[in-house]
Amino acid sequence: MEYTLKDTPALETQTLEVSLGPQHPSTHGVFRMNVTLDGETILKLKPVMGYLHRNHEKLAENMSWLGSMPYTDRLDYICSMTNNFAYALAVEKLAGLQVPERAQYIRVIMAELTRLVNHTLLIGFLLNDLGAFFTPVLYAFREREKILDLFEAVAGSRMMCNYFRFGGVKVDVTSDFIPRVRQIINKYPKFLDEFEKLLSENEILMARCQNVGVLPKELAINAGISGPMLRASGVPYDVRKVDGYSIYNRFKFRVPIGEKGDVYDRYYIRILEMRESINILDQAIKEIPDGEFITKEGGVGARSPRNFKPPKGEAYGRIEAPKGELGFYLVSDGTMKPYRYHVRAPSFINLTVLEDMCLGQKVADAIIILGSIDIVLGEVDR
Amino acid sequence: MKTLEEIKKDIESCYSDATVTVEGTSLVVPKERWLEVAKFLRTHPEYSLDYLSSVTGVDYKEYLEVVYHLYSIEKKEGPLAVKVRTDRQKGLVPSVTPFWRSAEFQEREAYDLVGIHFEGHPDLRRILMWDEFQYHPMRKDYVQEDQDRPEKEF
Repeated sequence: MEYTLKDTPALETQTLEVSLGPQHPSTHGVFRMNVTLDGETILKLKPVMGYLHRNHEKLAENMSWLGSMPYTDRLDYICSMTNNFAYALAVEKLAGLQVPERAQYIRVIMAELTRLVNHTLLIGFLLNDLGAFFTPVLYAFREREKILDLFEAVAGSRMMCNYFRFGGVKVDVTSDFIPRVRQIINKYPKFLDEFEKLLSENEILMARCQNVGVLPKELAINAGISGPMLRASGVPYDVRKVDGYSIYNRFKFRVPIGEKGDVYDRYYIRILEMRESINILDQAIKEIPDGEFITKEGGVGARSPRNFKPPKGEAYGRIEAPKGELGFYLVSDGTMKPYRYHVRAPSFINLTVLEDMCLGQKVADAIIILGSIDIVLGEVDR
Repeated sequence: MKTLEEIKKDIESCYSDATVTVEGTSLVVPKERWLEVAKFLRTHPEYSLDYLSSVTGVDYKEYLEVVYHLYSIEKKEGPLAVKVRTDRQKGLVPSVTPFWRSAEFQEREAYDLVGIHFEGHPDLRRILMWDEFQYHPMRKDYVQEDQDRPEKEF
């Protein structure tokens, strides 16, 4: 007798609820995804966060303006320099402080070096999520180490730099700083070529990443997505270009954009952005002038924080951090503590669309989609 | 970008009975009219503020305030700061999540930490504190759990 599929009795199936995390290496920290699965396909995904919450904002409201500068290091602990940058920028806006030329250049150099660190590490960890366990990360760490050594020489700390001050930076850079940056940027393109040779056209990486976790342009804008994720979806929006904060309008650089907005685009956009960062660094170390590294007014704020009282008012300062738009909304009532201190964290808001990107995908893809968003839980939970 | 006074005029010519005021660098919108004004700012071709960057809840002791920072990606303009005020007891403010998805998590955060209830939010739950937590820690009258720890004096 002929036997077809039609004759088999319908199998009774049911959905399965899985809690991915909070303690799992693939979630990049203590983060949980409550997933409803049909077989391996994701039907529903609810992110659960707050495991690392320490109310950063309340802490900052109970201490002096400068007192929370070291705390901003701990938001996105990979990129402490850019966190400092955003906070310093917002306070300077509030208090109307000017930043001397040399300090502006030092700031830009630090911010772009941080971008190199962040994007290199992200690609390493994304490959971890894809199953290339720790080999790409070791290549990434090797390069990151060189930049962290430089941070240590200048700021005294590798990760928690606490280097920016209102109206400038804490100390001037060491005399061998510029040659060392030059050395790094001379070698970096070669490293990127090597990285790309291993990864960009890798068959497994392409099979796993292309057309996975697609984020349409309209949704990306509507959901307030920022940074490389927004640009990977094809929106040429970079705060460095749009606001031209600090001295970014002096540098020539391009804003790479993606086509589809899938995981592969988000991977590749970061490689391209690193190449542009090297471009900016190259221009910055050629042009950096001599002079003061902090203003006189800023010096008062740095040496005796109790005297630093910004006038009454409010300010919103934002920068293009490696993970996206990092903003600080500050309200001053004229005293030595902030009345309101709010952080617009890019990792946190970029998670809004996690469910939209994962629906209909396989459960293994949820891991790389999360990896491609680039979150740091210190910033998500604050 | 137009000045705040011009924006105020534009809004009031569209919605004649809406009273929008300009305070410092921001626009204060009454909460009853906020949804209409939000729709206007979002869709009007002269503004098309399609990007809601930040939502902040602030406790000013007499009232609660929500601050929205809007940008336009299409026109590369902004920011426009819009403030909506509400009372401390109920703290009701209409949710703008239908217009800007980016408000989804940020409104949950403002509900969690400041205690502002966003009407019409699809999923208004605590996001950072645990579900059983009773208070809203970013309110100015929140009593710190550890009472032995003195507030820092300078």
